[in-house]
Amino acid sequence: MTTLIAIAYLIAAVLFILGLRQLSSPKSARNGNFTAAAGMVIALGATFPLLHFTTAGVVIIAVGVIIGGAVGTVGARMVKMTAIPQMVALFNGVGGGAAALVAVAELLRFGAHPAFTEAFPSVFSIVIGSVSFAGSMVAFAKLQELMTGTPITYPGQQLVNGLLAAAIIGFAIAVLVIASVPFSFVSLMVLALVLGVAFVLPIGGADMPVVISLLNAFTGLAVAASGFTLNNFALIVAGTLVGASGSLLTKLMSDAMGRSLANVLFGAFGQVHAGATAAAGKEGRSVRTASAEDLGTLLAYSQRVIIVPGYGLAVAQAQHAVRELAVLLEKRGVDVSYAIHPVAGRMPGHMNVLLAEANVPYEQLKEMDEINDEFKNADVVLVVGANDVVNPAARSSPGSPIYGMPILNADQAKNIVFMKRSMRPGFAGIDNDLMYDPKTIMFFGDAKDSMTKLINAVKAA
Amino acid sequence: MNNELLNEFTFFVLAIFVGIEVISKVPTILHTPLMSGTNAIHGIILVGAIVIAAGADSPVNIVLGLVAVILATTNVVGGFVVTDRMLEMFKGRQTAKAPTPTPTPKPK
Repeated sequence: MTTLIAIAYLIAAVLFILGLRQLSSPKSARNGNFTAAAGMVIALGATFPLLHFTTAGVVIIAVGVIIGGAVGTVGARMVKMTAIPQMVALFNGVGGGAAALVAVAELLRFGAHPAFTEAFPSVFSIVIGSVSFAGSMVAFAKLQELMTGTPITYPGQQLVNGLLAAAIIGFAIAVLVIASVPFSFVSLMVLALVLGVAFVLPIGGADMPVVISLLNAFTGLAVAASGFTLNNFALIVAGTLVGASGSLLTKLMSDAMGRSLANVLFGAFGQVHAGATAAAGKEGRSVRTASAEDLGTLLAYSQRVIIVPGYGLAVAQAQHAVRELAVLLEKRGVDVSYAIHPVAGRMPGHMNVLLAEANVPYEQLKEMDEINDEFKNADVVLVVGANDVVNPAARSSPGSPIYGMPILNADQAKNIVFMKRSMRPGFAGIDNDLMYDPKTIMFFGDAKDSMTKLINAVKAA
Repeated sequence: MNNELLNEFTFFVLAIFVGIEVISKVPTILHTPLMSGTNAIHGIILVGAIVIAAGADSPVNIVLGLVAVILATTNVVGGFVVTDRMLEMFKGRQTAKAPTPTPTPKPK
């Protein structure tokens, strides 16, 4: 029986690896998800035969699977496409929480003086799993706009975080060396939860995808550590695969933003003050606005229009309206394309998914490198709910939190139309000089309503 | 260091290399689905949650086991379903692309 189980775990591990490989290519990605899910079913099935169940055990597993399955299915099915990033954060967090709880249960079972090789992975799993859980919840709250997306900093923050980390190391040593008693490892868990919150607070909402990816890798490692505690190969292999690929993915994501991971995680310290004063200095400048009719005429008689979609489009569910406007303009002979910044929306690929949903032809979606030279030939750039990805501060002001991020050259176009809900800064929490550019026209309102007004205006033009 | 631990450590180290190698060529647009897919895979902690829940005999263990199973199942099920929803969109785009292979001239 143990041999069969080992073989089943091996098959599951192979399916996870194949699934990951398929997930990294657009053609096979969807199959890759099924492959990985098949691996999961096999690994779960192989777990049951050797276990000795208590009655309570059977009941809580059945109840737990039903509740978790319902929450997971309903959550994942009901969530709007715009809210998917925070949903991923949530699902990641609960995984980390589960890893921490498994480790707590194991430490309880080991007694006061466990072998180091069993206690160490448990302690690791508690700390990393709890950080991942709490950090993911903060990321969720920021993305769901339950709290401000701007970095939260206060004097002495680094000192506080440093002390928290030191206290965690202290309790970890206490559990490992002195005695593994509930007081120590529950304190450890609480401190790690606090650290998870403190770690994500100073990171801006725009950087949440990178943070979620990092916490995803963390959860993977916590799961692998649980595998060492439980002597379970499936957990070790799957957890480590996620830890390793997640770490690389985190790096790839911060590369796509033109920043180092350290800059994403710790960049807020010391920089917010510079940003805040700069914003204050800009108050009182005026912006240009125009009526829907004027803008409709401008668009209708253009040669080339480039649409820059952003999170505002996703929030307002304006993708179908955008598509309608584009079709209308094309009928009048206007050349329309979409400029997709690598981190537009809240996650890489977010805009592609939304626009694909609205049946925007694939050829019209241009990646940044492909389209950046074309902005100077564009008559109108229509910025729909985007902000930071066209902020020239990324090029020009070294003090800015987004300095160094590659941006779309929207400022080179002949006219820039900004469709925004308000003058509120973007997710990075900084002012955008482009809005004050003499070539820029602001068109305030919900992206979908504004788009509908523009459509009517173009029809009338 | 006993034999089993050494074995486990071998698997751990090899899995690190495989994990890095297998996704090293992922295009930007797949970053989010890939993150979500790996997110679902670490839901395998459900195996661990079931192991601790199975033998639960004290109130503390019952609570720990129940909560761990709920959280882990949410991770697995939600993770795979939400990834599939994302990739469903990509599939639509792929088929939309196929019938109209208009090569866009690259301006230089």
